[in-house]
Amino acid sequence: MAALPDALTRRLPRLPFPYSAPSVPDGVDVPEAPPRSGPDYDTDWARRYPARLARAALVETVGRGLVAALARPRVSGLDRLDALVDRDPGPVVFAANHHSHVDTPVLLTAIPDTWRHKLFVAGAADYFFRTRLTSAVSALAIGAIPIERTRVSRRSADRSAELIDAGWSMLIFPEGGRSPDGWGQPFHGGAAYLALRCGVPVVPIHLHGTGRILRKGKRWPTPATATVTFGAPLVPDEGDTARRLSTAIQRAVEALADEATTDWWSARRRAHAGATPALTGPSAPAWRRAWALGDGRGRRRRQRRRWPEV
Amino acid sequence: MPRPGFVLEVDRSTPPILFHHGESLRLEKLPAGRTRVLYPGEPLEPLDDPDGAIRQALENPLGGGPPLRALLRPGMRLTVCFDDISLPLPPMRRPDIRQRVIEAVLDLAAEAGVDDVHLIAALALHRRMTEAELRHAVGDRVYDAFAPHGLLYNHDAEDPAGLAFLGTTPQGEEVEINKRAAESDLVVYVNINLVAMDGGHKSTATGLASYRSLRHHHNVTTMQHSRSFMDRHHSELHSSNWRMGKVLRDAGVKIFQIETTLNNDTFGTGGPMAVLQKREWEWTARDRASFLAMKAGLDRLPMKARRRIFQAWRAPYGVTSVQAGEVEAVHDATVESVFRQQLVAIEGQTDILTMGLPYICPYNVGSVMNPILVMCLGLGYFFNMYRGRPLVREGGVVIMSHPTTWEFHPVHHPSYIDFFEQVLADTTDPLEIETRYEKQYAEDEWYRHLYRTSYAYHGVHPFYMWYWGCHGLEHAGKVIVVGGETRSVRRLGFTPASTLADALEMAEDVVGRHATITHLHNPPLVMADVK
Repeated sequence: MAALPDALTRRLPRLPFPYSAPSVPDGVDVPEAPPRSGPDYDTDWARRYPARLARAALVETVGRGLVAALARPRVSGLDRLDALVDRDPGPVVFAANHHSHVDTPVLLTAIPDTWRHKLFVAGAADYFFRTRLTSAVSALAIGAIPIERTRVSRRSADRSAELIDAGWSMLIFPEGGRSPDGWGQPFHGGAAYLALRCGVPVVPIHLHGTGRILRKGKRWPTPATATVTFGAPLVPDEGDTARRLSTAIQRAVEALADEATTDWWSARRRAHAGATPALTGPSAPAWRRAWALGDGRGRRRRQRRRWPEV
Repeated sequence: MPRPGFVLEVDRSTPPILFHHGESLRLEKLPAGRTRVLYPGEPLEPLDDPDGAIRQALENPLGGGPPLRALLRPGMRLTVCFDDISLPLPPMRRPDIRQRVIEAVLDLAAEAGVDDVHLIAALALHRRMTEAELRHAVGDRVYDAFAPHGLLYNHDAEDPAGLAFLGTTPQGEEVEINKRAAESDLVVYVNINLVAMDGGHKSTATGLASYRSLRHHHNVTTMQHSRSFMDRHHSELHSSNWRMGKVLRDAGVKIFQIETTLNNDTFGTGGPMAVLQKREWEWTARDRASFLAMKAGLDRLPMKARRRIFQAWRAPYGVTSVQAGEVEAVHDATVESVFRQQLVAIEGQTDILTMGLPYICPYNVGSVMNPILVMCLGLGYFFNMYRGRPLVREGGVVIMSHPTTWEFHPVHHPSYIDFFEQVLADTTDPLEIETRYEKQYAEDEWYRHLYRTSYAYHGVHPFYMWYWGCHGLEHAGKVIVVGGETRSVRRLGFTPASTLADALEMAEDVVGRHATITHLHNPPLVMADVK
């Protein structure tokens, strides 16, 4: 292979200051600029009225339209929240299982008005807040705040607790990320910890079918029907611990999953018998887990209509 | 603190009073100095936590029996029965109290490992409930879990294989009820007590019965001796049902009764209908504007559209009490709670009783209020909203305001059409009607078929509606209908009048000049405690 000509390998002339960054004199320490994205991204602006108004408009028009086109969600169990609505509704923590990026818009349109417009979403700092642009879009469009999921962070917890104390409700996916294989993952303790710390109820939510629309690793969505089932609020008791409450949240979501895929009566019987199927699926090799899922994941092959052979 | 109901003495400064008039509304100026208006109490404070109250009631039953939890065991046959579409009126907003109670009961059953569970809409001879109506009553969760497997269904009073004869009372009344309920280890009855008439042994002995059994208390003699049927201790209808309840108990049918009561919040405290439950002199400019707009709109709309608007209304009732346990102990507590909301003391009877009849009665939910139902609502239900003595004196005049159009729902009320055309054209005397026509209609195969397979009321149902009003019919000297369609009012045997003033003038012929007038400002519901 012939060597490249010198002209091409030579570095292009650098633009002079002020058209480019200044050089740093030797022996001078430049103070590190505060990071403008990631866990430190300041989302306060997204909870001021102009941004809230824009978000409400976005959710009610684009969001609702997209959700209707992609997911056509069937929402049930909202009546279980009536007691909260009747009793001067305060902030709550909505905790849902997580299959897909579609989960957030589906929930933003399904959560009742009482909480929908004063809601923030716990977004993964390392994903939604990777750059300034994604940070701004996430904060504006879904009201996300950055949560560190790779390590235990007091800063994330403090920020969430402050918002809940200020009357904001929280939407969190306690699994910490989308399902990698269609089965659920064990719940982290964040939702339970915040509910206990702020003394607010947790509303368990189960989402079914969003994995078929846009599962992890897929680029383009496929329209399918989703089901959203709201559970009865879990009110933390005085003696509760975060671990115990977190287990209760996971159990509640598992019971809702059972209810959504069978029926309420069968689910209640299994719940009382301690036989509710786990969200996390069987402990078995990957192919058996996929086999056990059995919900027709992936694209269904469209059958060609054929004329009968005579 | 809600204000109790009261009696207003009408004077010159009293504003015109609201009269319901079917799917419309009227404001009527009542004569000063001789008129009283009986106002309902404001809605009682609802329970803060109805689900908690239900759990509490199930764990602490009245009447000394064990809690429901202790009555449930694996391998048993459990039947949950519930009131049908006729309660409450108008239908309540979701979640219906039946759904809350049934879910709590089933949750306990699931915990106890009960497998054999049936749910039955106890509708006696009423029309079958549609899927949407059942979903509204029991909720989607329960419906989806039971109905697809045939475990949630309407009672069929004409299914020979589905009925069980359990014996007779000392008075010879035959007791025949739903076989599944009769053969269950436990029947849980979930009731809504909108008025004092509902509940008690009537729930099972009527709701789950057949025609063979019902005819013993749904007849002219019983109804004429029920004074009133809103007052159990003076109601022959209830005495008969209580006797049948004893037969059920002696036959080994174990009933766990759950009764609930609602407050008077029929039209809400906000929204366009809120004005209908405010006292007229307290109407704000906004209330007046909304009333005028509503009336102008309604008067210009075709009847079908008006009916659709009213029938779509779901009342924001609040639950005021839940009690469970032994039937009679539960019912006593329930009636007390109903009276706390509805009973208003009033001194003495009146010469003329006026009432504005609304668009709905127990038998036209999602349907047409035909002339027979107008009679039943006015002379049956509203007339009987008393304890002690009727609000109007014997021989007095009852004035009802309703359009009374010659219109019937062909699916829901087929036998009503024939009753109106054939029976009432011949006679309006309840006893004669009962003797000459009842059997023929009750045993008509076509009506039976429509009752069992379509959404029709039983063939005998219009007769019961007529009997329901027979005490009022016998008691009143004259019945006048204001604003009613002349030919249908005349067919009912009543006198038509164009305006209330005309009706009051006509009434003078019966009760003389300067007669006293009492207006029953109903709904929201009010019951007169006549001293």
